[in-house]
Amino acid sequence: MAQMGSARSSTAAGGAQAEEKLRRRSAGSSGTTRERLPSGPLFRARLDSLKKNRPPFPWFALDIGGTLVKLVYFEPKDITAEEEQEEVENLKSIRKYLTSNVAYGRTGIRDVHLELKDLTLCGRKGNLHFIRFPTFDLPAFIQMSRDKNFSSLHTSLCATGGGAYKFEEEFRTVGDLQLCKLDELDCLVRGVLYIDSVGFNGQSECYYLKDPTNRERFQKIPYNLENPYPLLLVNIGSGVSILAVYSEGNYKRVTGTSLGGGTFFGLCCLLTGCSTFEEALEMASRGDSTKVDKLVRDIYGGDYERFALPGYAVASSFGHMMSKEKQESVSKEDLARATLVTITNNIGSIARMCALNENINKVVFVGNFLRINTVSMKLLAYALEYWSKGQLKALFLEHEGYFGAAGALLELLKTS
Amino acid sequence: MAAYAPSGQSRDSLDKSITLPPDEIFRNLENAKRFAIDIGGSLTKLAYYSTLQHKVAKVRSFDHSGKRLNQSIHLTSWQDVEHEPLYEISVQEEIMARLHFIKFENAYIETCLDFIKDHLVNTETKVIKATGGGAYKFKDLIEKKLGLKVDKEDEMACLIKGCNFVLKNIPHEAFVYVRHADPEFRFQTTHPNIFPYLLVNIGSGVSIVKVETEDKFERIGGSSIGGGTFWGLGALLTKTKRFDELLQLASKGQHTSVDMLVKDIYGGAYQTLGLSGNLIASSFGKSATVEKEFSKEDMTKSLLHMISNDIGQLACLYAKQHNLHQVYFGGFFIRGHPVTMHTITYSINFFSKGEVHALFLRHEGYLGAIGAFLKGAEEDNPNQYSWGENYAGSSGLMSTSPDIFPMQRTRSGTFSFDMLEMDRLDRQLVNLPLLFDPSSYIPDTVDLTEDALAREYWLTCFEEALDGVVKRATASQPDMVDAEDRAEKFRQKYWNKLQTLRHQPFAYGSLTVRSLLDTREHCLNEFNFPDPYSKVKQKENDIALKFFQKVTQSLDALGWEARQLALVKGLLAGNVFDWGAKAVSEVLETDPAFGFEEAKKKLQERPWLVDSYCEWIERLKGSPHNCALIFVDNSGIDIILGVFPFVRELLTRGTEVILACNSGPALNDVTYNESLIVTERIAAMDPAIRFALQEDKLTLVQTGCSSPCLDLSRLDKSLATLVRERNTDLVIIEGMGRAIHTNYYAVLQCESLKLAVIKNSWLADRLGGKLFSVVFKYEMPPK
Repeated sequence: MAQMGSARSSTAAGGAQAEEKLRRRSAGSSGTTRERLPSGPLFRARLDSLKKNRPPFPWFALDIGGTLVKLVYFEPKDITAEEEQEEVENLKSIRKYLTSNVAYGRTGIRDVHLELKDLTLCGRKGNLHFIRFPTFDLPAFIQMSRDKNFSSLHTSLCATGGGAYKFEEEFRTVGDLQLCKLDELDCLVRGVLYIDSVGFNGQSECYYLKDPTNRERFQKIPYNLENPYPLLLVNIGSGVSILAVYSEGNYKRVTGTSLGGGTFFGLCCLLTGCSTFEEALEMASRGDSTKVDKLVRDIYGGDYERFALPGYAVASSFGHMMSKEKQESVSKEDLARATLVTITNNIGSIARMCALNENINKVVFVGNFLRINTVSMKLLAYALEYWSKGQLKALFLEHEGYFGAAGALLELLKTS
Repeated sequence: MAAYAPSGQSRDSLDKSITLPPDEIFRNLENAKRFAIDIGGSLTKLAYYSTLQHKVAKVRSFDHSGKRLNQSIHLTSWQDVEHEPLYEISVQEEIMARLHFIKFENAYIETCLDFIKDHLVNTETKVIKATGGGAYKFKDLIEKKLGLKVDKEDEMACLIKGCNFVLKNIPHEAFVYVRHADPEFRFQTTHPNIFPYLLVNIGSGVSIVKVETEDKFERIGGSSIGGGTFWGLGALLTKTKRFDELLQLASKGQHTSVDMLVKDIYGGAYQTLGLSGNLIASSFGKSATVEKEFSKEDMTKSLLHMISNDIGQLACLYAKQHNLHQVYFGGFFIRGHPVTMHTITYSINFFSKGEVHALFLRHEGYLGAIGAFLKGAEEDNPNQYSWGENYAGSSGLMSTSPDIFPMQRTRSGTFSFDMLEMDRLDRQLVNLPLLFDPSSYIPDTVDLTEDALAREYWLTCFEEALDGVVKRATASQPDMVDAEDRAEKFRQKYWNKLQTLRHQPFAYGSLTVRSLLDTREHCLNEFNFPDPYSKVKQKENDIALKFFQKVTQSLDALGWEARQLALVKGLLAGNVFDWGAKAVSEVLETDPAFGFEEAKKKLQERPWLVDSYCEWIERLKGSPHNCALIFVDNSGIDIILGVFPFVRELLTRGTEVILACNSGPALNDVTYNESLIVTERIAAMDPAIRFALQEDKLTLVQTGCSSPCLDLSRLDKSLATLVRERNTDLVIIEGMGRAIHTNYYAVLQCESLKLAVIKNSWLADRLGGKLFSVVFKYEMPPK
């Protein structure tokens, strides 16, 4: 921790520096041009904003994934009385609504513990809020923005993720909102680099797991990602994308797999009848996958020495389940655990091979699959270390699934 | 990971109600020695090595003068031996070695073991090599029933050993699978050096093995998501117990209702990355709901895609890491199932962008058993020999495979078993060193698996010729009482093979005229008709020898240019005599007087259908060739009046000659042993030939094969050595079988001459010529 502290003087200052750094880095790349027509009572305020090279409030961005919508909202804390007075009613109500609640509607949730405080963005100070809700509720969100006459704010709504494309028409026709669509991988990379650079309220954003298999000694250790490149970025959402990042503007998608968080949750629903991700994870945390999986020792009686395979390694995921007796002796928890272990190990395996082929030794895992999912993080940490004989390190980031949205917000704030 | 396939309950109970067909299964068990067994989750593969008595036709010269023939140089005219045949033919018993492999469901293991015990008489074997996950389970049963000690061998080592063996010994072993294409199976010519390669074995789990040499391999990776995952998860999701039923469900399902596709997230394609909208973004991504029911078919399909894609992706990552492009897939997940072969191929193509080829093996199911057998037979040095697939005794790919049709019971209540038989060849076979690019050499001119019209023609042609072959076979053994009976059995067997090939042209690799001819030879041998043409050949040789001197004298009287053309015409006319061609056999059967001169008249006048005669003549005006290798075709007029005068001319020019004849009989092709006698007789008449033999300028060798066609990648090793030693710079291939059906497009490192008379009107028509059109193809090596 001391090491981390010395690396970052203070959150706000660190944030400002990082922002400055980021701006310099991306100076070459041209931003997406957006149409902004000043009109009505907001004209003066907006003109003021534009003069200062920043977009008018509200500042928020969306990452619309296959399963979840991630929303990042910047709440300005340095609003002057003059501003307050000029702030239109619906803008104020949006700010109040988002910042004074932790749950929205039936399914929306604000991850209060992730809130980034006293951040400086485009010369404004404020807090960054992280909100998520299921993609199937996006139409309700669009309806709400229509009800709140959101379009009157004439703000640019930056959105990334596949949903930015899929729901573009709906945003336009129902919500009267023009989306500014951004590539999800561009946003992801930018978001990761930015959030890591500002740190997590004085703490390290990035960490690794020490002694992942040991219940007592296991701990989260901060990791300094100051020199991040090259970096393998594994984003586990519904599916998985794996990127090799060489600099902020230079990255490539190495591969991806369809066996991701959606597969874990989908299979769990079918196998156990659970209905939420939290429920599935909770079951998994109580289950025993070795009743479901066939291990090396189940076949060879112990280690398969010829190939240096330990007896406890999984030989065949779900391999016991072709036997009726074994099927009858497993619990839903065991099945949930086996599903989690299978998906996680597979991602670890593919990530490891990609790291090897790309000659990269830092692997950062992000994405909402890892939210409240210590089992998977421990497995990934262990698997990467074990199979690479200590050559690879699995790194994790506190803001797991929000980097795409954060990156989209940064795009919004880029000067045009 | 391991190849072990745990059994589905339905196959665990032993079924003793079947009757084994003793003539067809466990053949040659009487003399079996060395057993090996590979017991998988549902199928048992048994291997044994056996010797069998086998009839061969032998030729032996009569000793006319009390001296050795090559010394009887005083014989000056054929009249002296007019009343006696040239040589004696005798049918002798020979011992040959054969490897037998049989595959059956585990349920019948006890019945099979009992059967083996009852029929095993002469064996001195004490142990049986065993591999496969089920070997432990049945250990006691095997030891009790057979009285053999079970000796367990490492599964992976057996698998690799078996894989090396089939890749080296079976030319069309590996294939790529292209669903809905015609043909779906595309067989690969095996590169002479099969190493290194990647083997991905998909059993319960997945093992990825890099094989570097015969004995060196390394398990470089694996995955726990394999066949067991498909089976186990499939069973949980659908309550379906059997693996093959799950595959059937999968083939009927729609994965798009279960999987989240790119278009479900994007509304279309993810264009910046070029990911199509139909790609699976998240397997089972749509099943994360309690509100919807999913069909068994759809879930299984999604599961199949998920697992196949995952394995394909990992295989590509490993292939990339080790810079390998050939990846063989095996294990019970693959084993001949078109569904999984397709999904794995798709995945490999997708992830490698076409850089890696997913290859499958025709005898994949036997690899473990072959390897275990080889482990136990090391003292017999099986790897020192070349082996050949016996088409008569082997079931074709997917014809009776219990993997695909697990409950195939014939009407009589017996079972059809999948079998593989490999004959130990007398000679070790290697590439002709003069092949331009051995890895791209394909012997056969037309792939009948691809060419449906040609396939239809040739299958019908062979069906129609069958009566004649049966008649000839019977006639060749007038003194044997059971000849007719055996000939009928031959008819039945070959007819059945032809019908199998009609429906599954890919059954024995690419279907070709060569494979049809070879299959017929194998079937004839199977019923002890080793050489139905022996008497015909004897008679022809006899007649032709009588004309030899007359022919050479008239040639010698010609001027140089006229003689060259006459020599070529002679070579071609000799080639009209081919009992393999229907048109000629009809002429010869009805008009025995049809002779050499008449044959010449039948020939097309120049310009020939393919005519590079002028180039040839220009070449002959230059310096003589160093050494010519001639692959001879027919007995009688062809070799004696066509080839020998030509050889004589080459020798006179100062060119050494290697005359290569078949090791074993095929149709009326001259065999090596026959060629020795014929040459001796010619030497007795002709000083030039005699001198060349003495001086080692003319050498007779055997090809190592017994086919009317010619595979330049499988030739006797000593022939290859000689060709290299003599700096051979000209290869002459004659006859339809060797120069048209095969090798027409063969590219050599040296000059070559391919000549034949088209004696089949359909083929002539196809080539744009008439019956008896001439192909004279003189080629220079590519720059």
